[in-house]
Amino acid sequence: MSDTTATEWPLWEVFVRTRAGLDHKHCGSLHAADAAMALRMAREVYTRRQEGSSIWVVRSEQIVASDPGDKDMYFDPMEDKVYRHPTFYKLPAEVDHM
Amino acid sequence: MYTQAMDVEGAEKARAVTTLAEAELLQRFDARIDDGGFIEAKDWMPEHYRKTLVRQISQHAHSEIVGMLPEGNWVTRAPTLKRKAILLAKIQDEGGHGLYLYAAAETLGTSRDQMLAALHSGKAKYSSIFNYPTLNWADVGVIGWLVDGAAIMNQVPLCRCSYAPYARAMIRICREESFHQRQGYDALLVMMREGTDAQRALVQDAVDRWWWPSLMMFGPPDGESVHGAQSMRWGIKRISNDDLRQKFVDATVQQAQVLGVTLPDPALQWNEQRGHWDYGAIDWAEFWRVVGGDGACNRERLAARVKAWDEGAWVREAALAHAAKQAARERQAA
Repeated sequence: MSDTTATEWPLWEVFVRTRAGLDHKHCGSLHAADAAMALRMAREVYTRRQEGSSIWVVRSEQIVASDPGDKDMYFDPMEDKVYRHPTFYKLPAEVDHM
Repeated sequence: MYTQAMDVEGAEKARAVTTLAEAELLQRFDARIDDGGFIEAKDWMPEHYRKTLVRQISQHAHSEIVGMLPEGNWVTRAPTLKRKAILLAKIQDEGGHGLYLYAAAETLGTSRDQMLAALHSGKAKYSSIFNYPTLNWADVGVIGWLVDGAAIMNQVPLCRCSYAPYARAMIRICREESFHQRQGYDALLVMMREGTDAQRALVQDAVDRWWWPSLMMFGPPDGESVHGAQSMRWGIKRISNDDLRQKFVDATVQQAQVLGVTLPDPALQWNEQRGHWDYGAIDWAEFWRVVGGDGACNRERLAARVKAWDEGAWVREAALAHAAKQAARERQAA
């Protein structure tokens, strides 16, 4: 019994496509020594009830993410651009289904 | 399965806010919680919130994997192939639930190995319900019906926990858990309706032994719960221990009637005025004794965990060595 963090299996993120036609969606993570093992364990852990038809695994350290601290600066500029939405345009009732 | 242990360790004192910037972050954090918003792994959070979550989620994870042990006791002795397949599937689920929860706790900056080391050294707790033995086959059914039933009662509100990775894990777990309760009740129904008198007696015996420990799973009474108020404030906990316990009793009484067993509590009585079932006093001295390490199986459970971990060390090392060798070979070929 020891704290063997140095020899811990690397962390992988798991993405599952529930059925053909849909996107792969992030569903969790797991530790595995290599890619083949990560795939096999992802199947055991995340698709025991036919939740998937395809799995992606990616080393967690390979994911590049935006900084949550920058969230406002990053996403707020879109807030005042309501003209990018179809509902911004009021059309006569006869053609409003456009 | 579920841990009640989040309530039973000494409370850490929340550290005072020291800088102006920190005060502002804290204000924003509190506002988001009040708004019913979620906190994600990389968001700023008070240290005390992080610590509380690491403790609760890791103890919950430990409970899942220790919970595999009492049921594993019956895999080779399940009465039919169907029951054996069901039991194996359930035990595999518990392992999976442990993994979802360890992964959620890891997002808070603690490693899997650190958490396991805390479990193995006895520093971290797991739900004390698993320190009771599974003496006959009906115990497996009763664990599904009562223990998983109590767990579900506890876990459903956690799907709305303010810490999003934990909430997401709980949604997945709750979806899988309802099969656990139903298969247990189903197994007991078969024993009660198609079984012999001796088999019916086994069910009653199991109910007699598991009823009170199941009620204890909801944790100490609200007045004595050390983390209760702060956890409520932070949206980690949504419903109090006593309210959940009452909900469980109310739901279970009729199920016991349908099954044809007697819940071992002479004080159990419908209270028209409250609109709830009254129940007798819980033996909290027993609860604290088992939490403190002196239950029937505490030593056995921990020893089984440590043995599995130690004897699996060479497999973990070999897999890493194999992966490193493969990677080196691929680099060479490139």
